[in-house]
Amino acid sequence: MSFVYEKLFGDKKGLIGFCILAALILVVFPVMLDSFRLNLVGKYLTYAFAAVSLVLLWGYGGTLSLGQGIFFGIGGYAMAMFLKLEASSPENTAIQSTPGIPDFMDWNQITELPLFWMPFHSFTFTLFAVLVVPTIFAYIIGAAMFKRRVGGVYFAIITQVVSVILTVLIVGQQGLTGGINGITDLRTLNGWDITSDSAKNLFYFINCFLLLAVIIASRFILTSKFGRLLLAMRDKEDRVRFSGYDVANFKIFIFSFAAMISAIGGAMFTLQVGFMSPSFVGIVPSIEMVIFAAIGGRMSLIGAVYGTLLINFGKTAFSESFPELWLFLMGGLFIAVVMFFPNGLAGLWEDYGHHITKRFGFINKFFDKSKNTADSVELEGANS
Amino acid sequence: MNMSTNTDFTLAIEDLTVSFDGFKAVDSLNFYLDRNELHVVIGPNGAGKTTVLDLICGKTKSTSGSIKFLNKELTNLSEHEIVRAGVGRKFQTPSIYENLSVMENLEISYPKGRGVFGSLMFKHDAVVRDKIMEVAKQIMLEKFLHTEAGLLSHGQKQWLEIGMLLIQDPQLLMLDEPVAGMSVKEREQTAELLNKISAGRSVLVIEHDMEFVARIAHKVTVLHQGKILAAGEMKDVQKDPKVIEVYLGH
Repeated sequence: MSFVYEKLFGDKKGLIGFCILAALILVVFPVMLDSFRLNLVGKYLTYAFAAVSLVLLWGYGGTLSLGQGIFFGIGGYAMAMFLKLEASSPENTAIQSTPGIPDFMDWNQITELPLFWMPFHSFTFTLFAVLVVPTIFAYIIGAAMFKRRVGGVYFAIITQVVSVILTVLIVGQQGLTGGINGITDLRTLNGWDITSDSAKNLFYFINCFLLLAVIIASRFILTSKFGRLLLAMRDKEDRVRFSGYDVANFKIFIFSFAAMISAIGGAMFTLQVGFMSPSFVGIVPSIEMVIFAAIGGRMSLIGAVYGTLLINFGKTAFSESFPELWLFLMGGLFIAVVMFFPNGLAGLWEDYGHHITKRFGFINKFFDKSKNTADSVELEGANS
Repeated sequence: MNMSTNTDFTLAIEDLTVSFDGFKAVDSLNFYLDRNELHVVIGPNGAGKTTVLDLICGKTKSTSGSIKFLNKELTNLSEHEIVRAGVGRKFQTPSIYENLSVMENLEISYPKGRGVFGSLMFKHDAVVRDKIMEVAKQIMLEKFLHTEAGLLSHGQKQWLEIGMLLIQDPQLLMLDEPVAGMSVKEREQTAELLNKISAGRSVLVIEHDMEFVARIAHKVTVLHQGKILAAGEMKDVQKDPKVIEVYLGH
């Protein structure tokens, strides 16, 4: 019992942090916010998947990817392709010269559904594709890089280049991908209206549960020997290699896992926002995701979620009044965090949080009790 | 690829050469190491001592020649395969995980759960705990199990790295300058440690401190410009006029 507990939540602080986050997104936001704002928070939380993936990959793994937008995009596009096909039924598209294919294909004189679109008629296949395609793609990039011991800044640049290539490809192949406009006008999922408030609310909660599940799964990785190996590799890669580990395999795994997480976020984005476009694939969103993680704290799974929320609240609030200043502010914030608070918000909480938690001593007591009943055996060396 | 024959030695290096842009750092080296033998390699800077260790553990690839460990050819294996075959290597500067505790350092070096999924499912059970405790006692760090490794003294870091090798129970242990930067007392303790752990395995040490070498070495080899200048027992090597001229004399 205690073994499972530590594996999934880390120490007591980890459990408290997790519960507070869960209460905030599952109770506080839905109660306090109207449907429009809640949907907006839901959109932000889809970016949090990418931010959490960067905590694993960059914070713990020491490998900075400037291309998480690639995987966010692939997940989002896979979902969008399914929804678009459903929206393009022959009845809905009767006025087109070729009914039954997505409208942008018709505009680009395409008369037949391309082969790679065909399987996206199936929802099961789409869910499978959301998870597997980005994972395999990351595996290929990862194997090509890490087996050759490419890392650090070179890896960051290459992931950035891949995200540029993917954007150019999507924009260039307008007839197949919807081009710069992306895939828009998505309406139903198996006949169910996804633009309704009730659907949006449901997606919000599914999104929250998936995010919390991803955090638990990530915690499981970080509290295992794998997690300590990631830290060890970041510190002394050669020592790990000369302790009998094939270092590349570990990096490939964490990169693929990070890709899968980001793709789940992308698919949830499409469902909640109702479209997908190349502007969520390229350099700018990829770097924004890094900023979310950096500001939240790149060593904290939960901090990354707060970083994402904070920056996006700021972005919405600021860009309504000073749209042109926002990018500078975010850049400045990023530099400030890297220089003065390398562990971001989570680091500040570690350093100063006890001043606040002292006032809420009853929470600590409550968790102490629940912990004592849950775990009777003291586990050594399993904290992270 | 090579025609060398099998031997009874733990380590048999034959005709080993590595050249960097024409410069032969190791030149047609022949070297044999027995079980239970503690062998020290000495020589002036640039003699190729560290390069020999790099070649054995796969960090550097040889240009030609053969390295056989328990009659298994190492020259075409990758680093982690060589480690798994039973070769452990300590680097010149202590190479430990500064941010992790002594226990975590040893746990990572424990030879189970070395695959991706193995490490995810690895359980820190009583067997692992006992082994870590046993090694920690051997390297005199049993009181520091929960100390962050970066906070240890220089000498303790050197011991920790030796412990990280011991926990893998290697048949061949290679130590690059294990007492560099140690106090006199720490040197004595290290000499004792090395004498103890050389039982049942082969140990290859690179060292400059002649007093320390005299205390631990069963055999000594002097390298000079990638070649063996002299080899044998310490007292004979020390008297060798060639050795005195290039290494000991000045």
